[in-house]
Amino acid sequence: MVQVTSPAFKQNAARALADTGLQKALGKAKGAFLQRRAEAVARLPEFEALRDIGRDIKNHTLANLDFYLETYAANVERAGGTVHWCSTADEARAAVLAICRRAGARTVTKGKSMISEEISINDHLETHGIEPVETDLGEYIIQLRREHPSHIIAPAFHLNREDWEADFRRMHTDLDPNRVFNERRDILAEARTKLRSRFLAADVGITGANFLIAETGSSVIVTNEGNGDLTQTLPRVHIALASIEKVVPTLEDATSLLRLLARSATGQDFSVYTTFSTGARRPTDLDGPEEYHVVLIDNGRSNMIGSEFQDMLRCIRCAACMNHCPVYGATGGHAYGWVYPGPMGSVLTPSLVGVDKAAHLPNASTFCGKCESVCPVKIPLPNLMRHWREREFERHLTPAAMRRGLGLWAWFAKRPQAYRLATRAAIGGLRLLGRGRGAFRSLPLAGGWTAGRDLPVPEGGTFMARYAQQQRKR
Amino acid sequence: MSKDAILTAIRRGLKRGPLPADQRAMLDGRLATHPRHLIPARSRVPRPEQVALFIRNVEKEFGTVARVADATEIPAAIADYLAAQNLAPRFVLAPHPDLAALPWADRPLLEFEARRAEATDAVSVQHGFAAIAETGTLMLPSDAQRPTTLNILAETEIVVLRTSRIVGAYEEAWDTLRRERTDAVTGGFMPRNVMLVTGPSRSADIEQTLELGAHGPRRLHIVLVDDDPAAHGADDPAAPPAA
Repeated sequence: MVQVTSPAFKQNAARALADTGLQKALGKAKGAFLQRRAEAVARLPEFEALRDIGRDIKNHTLANLDFYLETYAANVERAGGTVHWCSTADEARAAVLAICRRAGARTVTKGKSMISEEISINDHLETHGIEPVETDLGEYIIQLRREHPSHIIAPAFHLNREDWEADFRRMHTDLDPNRVFNERRDILAEARTKLRSRFLAADVGITGANFLIAETGSSVIVTNEGNGDLTQTLPRVHIALASIEKVVPTLEDATSLLRLLARSATGQDFSVYTTFSTGARRPTDLDGPEEYHVVLIDNGRSNMIGSEFQDMLRCIRCAACMNHCPVYGATGGHAYGWVYPGPMGSVLTPSLVGVDKAAHLPNASTFCGKCESVCPVKIPLPNLMRHWREREFERHLTPAAMRRGLGLWAWFAKRPQAYRLATRAAIGGLRLLGRGRGAFRSLPLAGGWTAGRDLPVPEGGTFMARYAQQQRKR
Repeated sequence: MSKDAILTAIRRGLKRGPLPADQRAMLDGRLATHPRHLIPARSRVPRPEQVALFIRNVEKEFGTVARVADATEIPAAIADYLAAQNLAPRFVLAPHPDLAALPWADRPLLEFEARRAEATDAVSVQHGFAAIAETGTLMLPSDAQRPTTLNILAETEIVVLRTSRIVGAYEEAWDTLRRERTDAVTGGFMPRNVMLVTGPSRSADIEQTLELGAHGPRRLHIVLVDDDPAAHGADDPAAPPAA
């Protein structure tokens, strides 16, 4: 698996906040996603009702997941495809390598797939002498830079145009070094030209899957560039990588979820290419792969069924939660330290790599609730993060100072008289200390707060005192 | 085997064994009847408005549409479009009988071959199976008469579509596919590949700013043949709807 640096979230975040290039990229990109989503949602009056439907479709599927997976696999095989069931990332890597070797593959083109990041398939293929070529524009530059995606639908979210130009000059050494990139589209055109020959030469094409459809045995990909379709159409062998929770019962179910996906993700009414692949080339077909494989991956998800984290398996990977998250907006995706950043990653990463490694992530939230309010399938993300915090506390993963602090707070919280007395004393003390100024620049024991912002000097009484006063007035 | 391990783990989580026969039958029934969910009201409009909505949505997504009154005008419409775009009058044509039957001799300068597309083809002319007004989306199922490569390899894709094939919502297009197609391999209706195409290819991966012309076609042009009397508005049947 991709190396997990989530235990260093605090250091990662501090570094991200000081990274001016990253901050510039985040500043530019963030607003665009929010505005486009809001406009797309406003154009569809039924959007809220569709969110309930999306949630219900996914819940129904998860409650019968064994049935739908078996039905799906049977229909893939009826259409001449092969399903490889894989419990772990290791098994999935071995399955993909075996297919590539049987095909005598030298190069493999790839469509964008987060599960392929999760199982680190690129490293595995490279180690065994097979060259993987990322073909999504964002993934392409990420591969040139030997980085990982910082966002689940916009892998190069952390980069500025200057980075693109510099990397293309550095890597495309066969082109005129003095060429000029006047527009973003010049960068795009260069990538198109460069990748065209790779599409045509590849022996195997690997894509992910946004949905699997039990009714028909289809895998669905959603793209704007068309790279996914070139990847899965031109080579002799197509491998679709998919995790088990991608299955839905019927085309109608997938259609309802597709109405939510693009609007929540890029703010489009529909993506440019939504493609349903069902089995291998038919005898009379003039194109398409001769072999069609689905590598169906569990990698920890079946353990989430029946747990308090089952709701997370509804996720359709639209990225609305991270686009709207103030923490993601400040640190970017790499700080989260594994494949999935943002609120969905803060819930999923502990489930998949272990809460001992990912303990910081459920705490990297202000609980503002925006993620839940925009989630197209209504995943209660803050609640799920809270469950992780509880588990951390139970397993003594919470730092000692924090445990003591929480213990102290709990003692007072259970004794209202003492609590009110203490808050009254604290407010009085602070007011005395802060006499003559509006805010504290620094305060003993509160360095964690005042390092980043001022603390206002309290005005008036405690909440309870004012509440009592209001009640008396009535 | 991993299949059993995965299914067992799922059932353990669900706190049950394999589904009993009556529940399986219920789920099989749901698959067989594939019930529709909420369909947005925007496409539930009279035929002329549905066609207008389709055209409006194609144009919103940077596609273009030319309407012709009769199929015999298609070769001229294609020749005119290519000339207007400064493109050579050469293309790969979908090997579909409807397209083969067109009066191509009217435009002797047009050169074409009916086959799958290759990387050297600059222009493709595809046969539209159906289209969805809700988002201006084309449904292009693969078969011997409609190769997938025509949708992805050429820089310019032209799709010939009849107005009678425009439906309101995706669900209606799926039902058209269910009704009209039988797959030789599965006995079901799904062909190897179904592409839903909404406008020409694009990317927003550079600074989240949209640019047209990624790996698929840079241009998507639809030649719309008016074969559906019900699709005409009452006052001016021939006039293309306002964008």
